Amino acid sequence: MSIRLEGINKYFGQFQALKDISLDIPDGQLTGLLGPSGSGKTTLLRIIAGLETAEQGRILFHDQDVTALHVRERRVGFVFQHYALFRHMTVAQNIAFGLEVLPRAERPAAAQIRRQVADLLDMVQLAHLGNRYPSQLSGGQKQRIALARALAMQPQILLLDEPFGALDAKVRKDLRRWLRALHDELHFTSVFVTHDQEEALELSDRVVVMSAGKIEQVDHPQALYAEPESRFVFDFLGHVNVLDGTLRNQRVVQGEAWVTLPGDLNCAGEVQLYLRPHEVRLQDCPAGHAHLPLQIESISLIGAEVRLELTPCGWQAQEPWEVGISHVEFNRWQPQRGDRCYAVPDVGHLFDVQRSHPRTLSWVDG
Amino acid sequence: MSKSKSTLRIGDQPWVKWSLIGSALALVLLLLVVPLILIFAQAFSAGTESLWVNLTDTYTLSAIGLTLLVAAMTVPINLVFGVFLAWLVTRFEFPGRKLLITLIDIPFAVSPVVAGLLYLLLYGSNGWLGSWLMDQDIQLMFAWPGIVMVTVFVTCPFVARELIPLMQQQGREEEEAAVVLGASGWQLFRKVTLPNIQWALLYGVVLTNARAVGEFGAVSVVSGNIRGETNTLPLHVELLYQDYNVAGAFTSASLLAGIALLTLLVKSFVEWRQARQRAPESDQADSL
Repeated sequence: MSIRLEGINKYFGQFQALKDISLDIPDGQLTGLLGPSGSGKTTLLRIIAGLETAEQGRILFHDQDVTALHVRERRVGFVFQHYALFRHMTVAQNIAFGLEVLPRAERPAAAQIRRQVADLLDMVQLAHLGNRYPSQLSGGQKQRIALARALAMQPQILLLDEPFGALDAKVRKDLRRWLRALHDELHFTSVFVTHDQEEALELSDRVVVMSAGKIEQVDHPQALYAEPESRFVFDFLGHVNVLDGTLRNQRVVQGEAWVTLPGDLNCAGEVQLYLRPHEVRLQDCPAGHAHLPLQIESISLIGAEVRLELTPCGWQAQEPWEVGISHVEFNRWQPQRGDRCYAVPDVGHLFDVQRSHPRTLSWVDG
Repeated sequence: MSKSKSTLRIGDQPWVKWSLIGSALALVLLLLVVPLILIFAQAFSAGTESLWVNLTDTYTLSAIGLTLLVAAMTVPINLVFGVFLAWLVTRFEFPGRKLLITLIDIPFAVSPVVAGLLYLLLYGSNGWLGSWLMDQDIQLMFAWPGIVMVTVFVTCPFVARELIPLMQQQGREEEEAAVVLGASGWQLFRKVTLPNIQWALLYGVVLTNARAVGEFGAVSVVSGNIRGETNTLPLHVELLYQDYNVAGAFTSASLLAGIALLTLLVKSFVEWRQARQRAPESDQADSL
């Protein structure tokens, strides 16, 4: 079931939490709402569910206007950040709740409910815990039960509010994989909220990046990472190395640092060059198109690649630069803390004052 | 020796410990236990036969009946009112919410005698509302409705005071989950909210009941002390004592003391249940 939002505005007193949000969420996809805290992503999710009402705008499920429909009638599955399991009910009673409160005419027979609960417990692989109380479960188990409870009503829309936020890293990874598999198997339309970039990019079919009550960008994870449309998305998705400088005659200059830009750019003035850690190489002498002297500040060996933190020499950067090199290269080069080296950009993204979108530049193959 | 000295924490000196325990025990004995024993001793002093006569005295029976009636009316009224109020201030944001939470405590802050006088002023035959009610032939003061009214006033904070912190701490997520799953307002209250607050609610009810049975000051002002009509048990104790019927007074007093002891028992049980309800939640922190 597709979801469409049209011109949603939401205020909390004087504060505008959502500013004219319009969004199409296609049927059967897993969509991530990603943003820092206070960006309005949870509010948006709660508006879709009907737990909050927007001052303006329309919400449509499968082209049907549900704006005025009460949360009870919307029939969505909702998974809360802190699980919200009913603490005085057993796990089985929790899962059965949605079926038990159906009007008598629609309610399945007791035996039927028992069977459905057993099936759901099997599905979340916790069949042995039916008679436990929520307080006797671990965080990961609680989250699975919360999911089973939401799925008991066979909703066509599943909304998840920071579903893995309160779990430790290992459990989080397992559950993430499991949710993706479940989604692919059952094909409902899912929307989940997260502030974890990695989680959003790994799990979603499409990511909606939000900041300060507005949608910054909607895209597939790969496209989002490869072509961020704004400074915010750039900064928010992983580390980025920034060269602030003045553009004159095809060259960005700041202090001792300069980079000659490829192609033919007819603009000048204050610009920022954004470079991702993997878009930069390190050498012990400057290249023809770039002179970016750096000093190695720290070396982090854990992970698939070695991460070097570097500070500028003879020029300024607000945050230290980060560059990743392979372990093979690290072993050959054997850099030490305090060593001097030069950064050479392969690909870069140029922001200037006039445009909010960056221009992607490439120095590789001419 | 140096070892035992180093393990002593501040305030662990034996003489501090034992003198504190000793003085606390002496105070409890002197102020609580002895008077309580004395009440029962006095009630039985003239023999069980006279105790029975005093108990089955018409006026005593009527006082017991009125006291039970007042409690039986006050408790449900304040139960509903308290739940309603706690729900209102914990589940909704509205201007004046903080003020309302403060206002709930007024009956605790105001002396019961003053409360009684206020009701007399308002509903008495010369009062603002009272004179109009008099024209309609409705008498509230110096009759049982007045007693119920002031008792409701004096005891109204107990239930709300118990529920508000609990409901604030529990939050509304479970209720939201229930509504998303399709529960109606009544199902939500009966299946989710009520089970979560039931022990705190019972605790509030026990306190309300104890106070409703034992209230003297406010009731004394609005009752008029008509024997066999508007005399509650605490008022009856005073009347009997003023009549120099010491054994009779203490018989009624022992009834009140008995109710108090029973209340304590129920209260301890409820507290134990509440602690048990919370206990598993502290386990969860370990298993997370």
